[in-house]
Amino acid sequence: MSAEAGAETLVARPRGRATYWLGGDGFFRAVVTACSAVVLLTILAMVVFLLVQGFDAIRHYGFFSFLTSARWAPSEADPNVSSPNPYGILQFIYGTMLTSCIAMVIAVPVAVSVALYITNFAPTRLRRGLSSLVDLLAAVPSVVYGFWGIFALIPALKPIGEFLASTVGKVPVIGVAFSGPFFGYSYFTAGVVLAIMVLPIIAAVCREIFATAPLNWKEAATALGATRWEVAKIAVYRPSRSAIMGASILGLGRALGETIAVTMVIGNSVLAINKSILGQGATMASVIANEFTEATEPFHLQALFVVGFWLLVVALVVNIIARRIVAAAVAL
Amino acid sequence: MRTATLSTTAVAIALLGLLDACGSTDSAAGATNASTPGATAVCQGTTAKPGYTNGLPQQPNAASSLSGAGSTFVAPMMSQWTSTYASNGVQVAYQSIGSGAGIKQLQAATVDFGDSDAYMKDSDLALAKGPVLQIPLVLAPVVVTYNVKGVPSGLKLDGQTIGKIFTGQITTWNDPAIQSQNTSLTLPSTPIATVHRSDGSGTTDIFTDFLTKESPSWVASLGGATKSRGKTVAWPIGIGGKGNEGVSGAVGQTDGAIGYVELGYALTQHLNYADVKNKSGAYIEPCNQSVLAATNGVSYPADLRFDLTDGSDSHAYPITGTTWALIYQNQTNGAKAAALTNFFSWALTTGQDLTLSLNYQPLGKDLQQKCLAQLKKMTLNGQPIVP
Repeated sequence: MSAEAGAETLVARPRGRATYWLGGDGFFRAVVTACSAVVLLTILAMVVFLLVQGFDAIRHYGFFSFLTSARWAPSEADPNVSSPNPYGILQFIYGTMLTSCIAMVIAVPVAVSVALYITNFAPTRLRRGLSSLVDLLAAVPSVVYGFWGIFALIPALKPIGEFLASTVGKVPVIGVAFSGPFFGYSYFTAGVVLAIMVLPIIAAVCREIFATAPLNWKEAATALGATRWEVAKIAVYRPSRSAIMGASILGLGRALGETIAVTMVIGNSVLAINKSILGQGATMASVIANEFTEATEPFHLQALFVVGFWLLVVALVVNIIARRIVAAAVAL
Repeated sequence: MRTATLSTTAVAIALLGLLDACGSTDSAAGATNASTPGATAVCQGTTAKPGYTNGLPQQPNAASSLSGAGSTFVAPMMSQWTSTYASNGVQVAYQSIGSGAGIKQLQAATVDFGDSDAYMKDSDLALAKGPVLQIPLVLAPVVVTYNVKGVPSGLKLDGQTIGKIFTGQITTWNDPAIQSQNTSLTLPSTPIATVHRSDGSGTTDIFTDFLTKESPSWVASLGGATKSRGKTVAWPIGIGGKGNEGVSGAVGQTDGAIGYVELGYALTQHLNYADVKNKSGAYIEPCNQSVLAATNGVSYPADLRFDLTDGSDSHAYPITGTTWALIYQNQTNGAKAAALTNFFSWALTTGQDLTLSLNYQPLGKDLQQKCLAQLKKMTLNGQPIVP
């Protein structure tokens, strides 16, 4: 009785503004708001920083002139000449997109299969060990992937690349995308290294999604006489498709920004878009890593900041899309 | 659970073992450095240490620490010098961050000295906080290294051929241009993979300076002599490797590759390298004697900004370079100025004896004297430090 009366008083007591802000609620609210603001401000500050640092080059050459050329030749920059812009970055955007695409084409099917195997097919005793092994791949530092790429992957890919160059590479029209010679350092190799690097991210997310697949769907499918493969397809894979998309785009985010491993195996050719995936190229991240310590030509360093700005733009856009897709998947 | 953990560990160990095995397969580059018959015998015997004595009086009240930054190429030498010099109670901290970065740090006056493999141009000097002394420290060759099955060290190449290779006008190893210079060798039809530095580099500056002087095809392809030489150039083709180690790694891994690195890297990576045709028409192996010969007949300008490529001596290795210490001529801190004078006068005299073991070449007597004279130009608030 008395407790009830007490509760009534508590509810009835008018809560002034001061009480709200000085009490625990207000304080907590302030802290979490501040923390969120810090994250937002950091991203904004980064965009502003990159633009400010790159401002001299942007003013000299024009904001969009970087996107209309695929020729990066710092040695041809002249402080008194503003056109043509020697710092074209289309080939870097192309390289970033192409290597990430190759990575996705290889990594997504493998990651989904690995996750399906772990959640639905592997013997219970093996599941834990397999999961940790896949996670272990994510723990390998990227410079180690780069070394491994040079000394193990390139010799292994050599016969494949040479085979592609001598067969598909000879076909008219599409052959240009596979034309040789193949020396190992290429978009293709960079894509394969990236595939292995993003595989654990995609596999881990997929594993969580598949593990939460509704049990009654599985039971229903089994009851209807579905085989194990059909159960996995109908009750696990199909309902998770949009979540797999989200997982893939999270992996893509990693692939877009990966720097050292790519720099070590892509061949760092910056002068034009190389039409062959077996040829050398460069990405936005790799050109920054290569050149910022010795960026001594006119507007060179500023142009690298512009590259950094566009890399951030691409990465942010991809992340926003990923969030949308994941949100849509959760809503289902 | 227990078995699962155990199996994970076992696989992890197996994976590590695999990585290890992969890492060790690449040392089969086959490095026989026998001098080729027919090549001019310049590299005979061993070079004696120069044994210069330090005649400069030690400056009293010197600072106990100095900071420097710049060239990665001179970093092994600096590290040897600073660790030996530490016994004098002076710690010299050298950050090997690249020549361009070293110049920037000097311009910002955040270090006591800089170091660059390409001397500071007038446009660089304009951004400095006062006149800069540029003092050569050691000499070294840039070698043309290659990885072609069955071809040992000593392949003969002239500048025009190298230029055509790096512009993609010569694409296979058995091209007549290469074969005609190496009649005793059977060259394979392997496609040529050119490897260059992807980062800005003094090594690139030395190499492209040589190509600019010797290869009209190179100059034409790059669009003129002002664009064909520099720490970065617009490479028309090829694989970009980051740092000397990136280039030597790519050459060592790729059958048919050709690149350029400092001699020390080629030796430690067991890579083969070419005898390059010099100005007087002789094919010269890079070594101490031929590098020293590259300084013969060079007339040094007063500011000691010079190139050693394409030397006129008949024994000169044509792709030779040096590295410059960069010091503000007028110092404002007496203790730092004293320490700088002491350290560099030591490096230019006693320190020169330490160069040979690290595959650098000590400065010749006349150049060394000019460098010491340059060092003596240092002033403290306008007053000479060494009388």
